[in-house]
Amino acid sequence: MTKVVMTGNYAQSYASKLARAQVVAAYPITPQTSIVEKIADFVASGEMETQYIKVESEHSAMQACISAAALGARSYTATSSQGLLLMHELLFWAAGQRAPIVMGIINRAVAPPWSIWTDHTDSMAQRDTGWIQYYCESNQEVLDTVLQAYKVAENPEIRLPAMVMEDAFYLSHTIEAVDVPPQGDVDAYIPLKRSPWLLDLEKPTRMGSFMGPDIYMEYRYLVAKAMEDSKKVIVEADEEYGRRFGRSYGGLLPTYRCDDADVVLLTIGTASCTAMEVVDELRKEGKKVGLARMRVFRPFPGEEIAKLASSVRAIGVVDRSWGFGHRGTMFTEVAGSIYRAKSRPLMKDYITGVGGRDITPQVLRDIYLDLLKAREGGDEMEWWGLRRPEKEVNRNA
Amino acid sequence: MKTYKTYADLPGAPIADVPTQEESTAGWRTSRPVLDPKNCSKCYICWKFCPDTAISVNDEGWPTIRYEHCKGCGICAAECPKECIVMEREV
Repeated sequence: MTKVVMTGNYAQSYASKLARAQVVAAYPITPQTSIVEKIADFVASGEMETQYIKVESEHSAMQACISAAALGARSYTATSSQGLLLMHELLFWAAGQRAPIVMGIINRAVAPPWSIWTDHTDSMAQRDTGWIQYYCESNQEVLDTVLQAYKVAENPEIRLPAMVMEDAFYLSHTIEAVDVPPQGDVDAYIPLKRSPWLLDLEKPTRMGSFMGPDIYMEYRYLVAKAMEDSKKVIVEADEEYGRRFGRSYGGLLPTYRCDDADVVLLTIGTASCTAMEVVDELRKEGKKVGLARMRVFRPFPGEEIAKLASSVRAIGVVDRSWGFGHRGTMFTEVAGSIYRAKSRPLMKDYITGVGGRDITPQVLRDIYLDLLKAREGGDEMEWWGLRRPEKEVNRNA
Repeated sequence: MKTYKTYADLPGAPIADVPTQEESTAGWRTSRPVLDPKNCSKCYICWKFCPDTAISVNDEGWPTIRYEHCKGCGICAAECPKECIVMEREV
């Protein structure tokens, strides 16, 4: 076992090296840049045998990865915020073309106002593109998840691209001791295989070309089916990783002290480890609280949520992104899954931590206490910690 | 061209195994270009200007129109300096 002290960004770089990514196409953007800088170092020093393509935009970076995947190469890229939004069109292409690309995303707020801090709106806005989405809470999990993502993405029954998210600065630029598994063990877990749909000069084919209404629907169904089937594969890849490397993360929706919980908070990203500490504190005070973490947002763990919802009085969702004109992104989806629950819990959406505002233990403690008081007919959504004018604060008091 | 009964018959990704030129994509045409080679000087302006490779040149060097591919835009008729091509209504 080799422990290396590294940032969350370097965890992505080390993971892509361990995965022997054959093509890396990248364009810099804060706070992602140090990922591809480190990969460039690996390539320059000969530690990594990779076709490193410098491109003129994120749109081109994604196109290069799709083309590489079409030729059967394992490819990797990384981006953030505006860069991810520029890729949007090609994200659909990657998934529809069944290109098993793995991409690191450093969750960063979307402008305006210009901001480089944590916010999940950038990747949540890609939820319908057909990409598998993982959200990590530690640098170790980032490294391990990139490897798991290749395992899932390249599964012949799945063949979908996957994003591995980490919170800007909380992980991307924060240093942690990370276990780097031996190369041989990683090779055994994700051996390089050739894709079944290769471009071949001897047998020319057209990829992603025009197809009529008689067949388009069936192709979209195949993507939807692969996404559904990936739920099982994600859990299995995580379990196998645990057997081989001694670490696994609880599949799609890991839970903490939920068994006898009265109220449960649902978090995503780094707020989750802070919330675990708060759960321990509140449990000591006799309050029956639990935590569920949205580790995988696509495919959506609807069944797991419905099961959890059947046993608790209230569910609070801590959203670091929202859909203008409706509710927090996670809240709407969690609420949409609860119709399957045997009994419906109360639900409340807490929009907080937006644009890098800290989600401290005190913030989560206050949210838990608010959720414990939740009653039917109360507020369904709150911009928690919003700097309001005094008359509004009084009205809510 | 292969035909598919259900999604289960499809290759996993949208891949077509025939070249674009062999696929009929002329379904929305409303008028067809008709070429009279009497005055044709083999300048190939029609061939150059066709935006969708619907004009090919045969073994004797005459431009010919591939109707399974022509969308009927009329550019060839407008560009022909000898006025060899006329557009005829089909619908």
